[in-house]
Amino acid sequence: MEEPREPYMEGPMHSTHPVIEPGLTFASVTDKISSIVLKRKTSIGWFVGFAISFALFQLMLLAITNLVFVGIGLWGVNVPIAWGIDILNFVWWIGIGHAGTLISAILLLLRQKWRTSINRFAEAMTLFAVAQAGMYPIFHLGRPWLAYWLFPYPNTMGIWPQFRSPLMWDVFAVSTYATVSAMFWFVGLIPDFATLRDRAKSKAFQIIYGMLAMGWRGSARHWHRYEMAYLLLAGLATPLVLSVHTIVSFDFAVGIIPGWHATVFPPYFVAGAIYAGFAMVLFLTIPLRRFYGLEGFITMRHMHNMAKVMLATGLIVGYGYIMEAFFGWYSGNRYERYMIWNRMHGPYAPYYWALIVCNIVTPQFLWAKKLRSNLAVLWLISVVVSIGMWLERFVIVVTSLHRDFLPSSWGMYKPTVWDWSMFVGTIGFFFTLLFLFIRFLPMISIFEMRTILPEAEVED
Amino acid sequence: MADEDRDKTKSGGANDSRDERDVSVSTRPPVSASSSSPSSHRRHVPPLYGVMAEFDNPSDLVAAARATYEAGYRRINGYSPYPIEELSEAIGFRHTSLPLIVFIGGVIGGLGGFFLQYWTEVLDYPLIVGGKPYNSWPAFIPITFECTVLVAAFSAVLGMLLLNKLPQPYHPVFNAPNFALATRDRFFLAVEANDPKFKHAEVVEFLKSLGPVDVADVEV
Repeated sequence: MEEPREPYMEGPMHSTHPVIEPGLTFASVTDKISSIVLKRKTSIGWFVGFAISFALFQLMLLAITNLVFVGIGLWGVNVPIAWGIDILNFVWWIGIGHAGTLISAILLLLRQKWRTSINRFAEAMTLFAVAQAGMYPIFHLGRPWLAYWLFPYPNTMGIWPQFRSPLMWDVFAVSTYATVSAMFWFVGLIPDFATLRDRAKSKAFQIIYGMLAMGWRGSARHWHRYEMAYLLLAGLATPLVLSVHTIVSFDFAVGIIPGWHATVFPPYFVAGAIYAGFAMVLFLTIPLRRFYGLEGFITMRHMHNMAKVMLATGLIVGYGYIMEAFFGWYSGNRYERYMIWNRMHGPYAPYYWALIVCNIVTPQFLWAKKLRSNLAVLWLISVVVSIGMWLERFVIVVTSLHRDFLPSSWGMYKPTVWDWSMFVGTIGFFFTLLFLFIRFLPMISIFEMRTILPEAEVED
Repeated sequence: MADEDRDKTKSGGANDSRDERDVSVSTRPPVSASSSSPSSHRRHVPPLYGVMAEFDNPSDLVAAARATYEAGYRRINGYSPYPIEELSEAIGFRHTSLPLIVFIGGVIGGLGGFFLQYWTEVLDYPLIVGGKPYNSWPAFIPITFECTVLVAAFSAVLGMLLLNKLPQPYHPVFNAPNFALATRDRFFLAVEANDPKFKHAEVVEFLKSLGPVDVADVEV
């Protein structure tokens, strides 16, 4: 491809692909992105995808209804494996969410302009993933209608939650994370709601988007405060996202179970979350940019960068696995040694080795530029990594619990059809929300795209 | 063109009620819109919010904003489809108290979060758990941190909306011709009628000299 190097490039290091296709203007960016919501006919593909997701979402509702009626015995969890794939899925979903915050907040602070085309979408993914994650611990309580007991409120029983427990930290971390992510996302949408309000032809859309835009008029004073608020939110969300997965890892690491009680857990969990999250962003954006013709906005540059982040975090995760094995051996503790031996050779050994192949071996392909440039390969790698990260949590949750200190209390775990229904159902719910988002909200931040256009430069 | 618009509204008797409502909304004196239209009965003239110049690129807008500020106008504002750092500087708007609000919010959140745990675990219902002291403060840090972030984030969002006086469904600038393009590819500069230096004809002439696409009056 022959492109003018300036001003589309950020520097000589990235001379291959621009962040945004040359030739776009304020008008064309605005019209192209808003037309997906306002003008373009909803495609058959959208309806098919939405119908499938919605059907799976119904499966989730069925699974939940049955669970609430019958009780937690419907799931395969029991002592000693009281945390089955339900807590696993909680960790998996929330990990996926973290890439969105990383892209929108951390990359903003690092002034990575390429984040602009994918941050809105990634933030939506965060919100929807956190919504799935939040359901698991609640339904895992067994009596979900008493979930509000987790919050400290003055009650007739005169008691308070146990604040020294990581499970309480989790309640605060996840609810704060969900709230702040939602606010960050909504604030980012305000100027785009105004754009849609001014472009919409139908009265209903004008009113709905107008109400959501809250009278935004692009005043310079407003923009000034807005940018400040956005920056501060990014600054707040950055330590928040790190804290959330750190606290999720404390759920395990504070316990004394061999395989959980390790100091490497917080960084290893955070890296794993970003790894899984970028895999999911790639998994979703590769088909999406194709179907909606967004190659001009989400360029090969983005694909390369995301692949590189995936490779880097994949290596950190690989380091985590090596350290787990090393700690097991070096601790000299027979239970720790047995734990790692059991992972590699015990009844769940296939999961362990599958995880090593998915998470350590597969991302090594990303070293090759040729493979990074091949979208089919990249998409497949992202699928494999998503599966690998699920297996990782399976290994952590199940193999650690199933054989701990006392052989008399060893056991095996098998998820039931209702465990799987719930999992598949949350995938359906996730995609249902995502399809609605794509249809009714601008999936690329319009106003931020305007700022990276060459004509946005103010000349003196 | 703008004058035509104003004449049209002036001549319509049906507009009386609207005028009265508008006047009552406006807290400033009905400004000298009359300076350009000699035969005005004041109550028939819709009060003027200001004069708006339209530009088709950000550089012209910033240059015009600078010139307007240098000419001594202070009640001015720019409107753009995306944030332009130079623009808020050009209109003399540099300071916002938002960081302070967020800081205070964070401090309140942090102290509140810690106190919540200290009060419940030490004062209200002391209970030894896991052999730890009542005030096992390291275990209270995660929730303290989360509360800090939560309240600070709320302060940032609500503070921004409040300082911007949003939600505000109606604003006079929406009356400006082509203003719907302020969320697409047009740039606007308004000199408000409550500027001490505001004289309608002068402002119109001045704005026209800055090379805009169009200059128009904006009614309240």
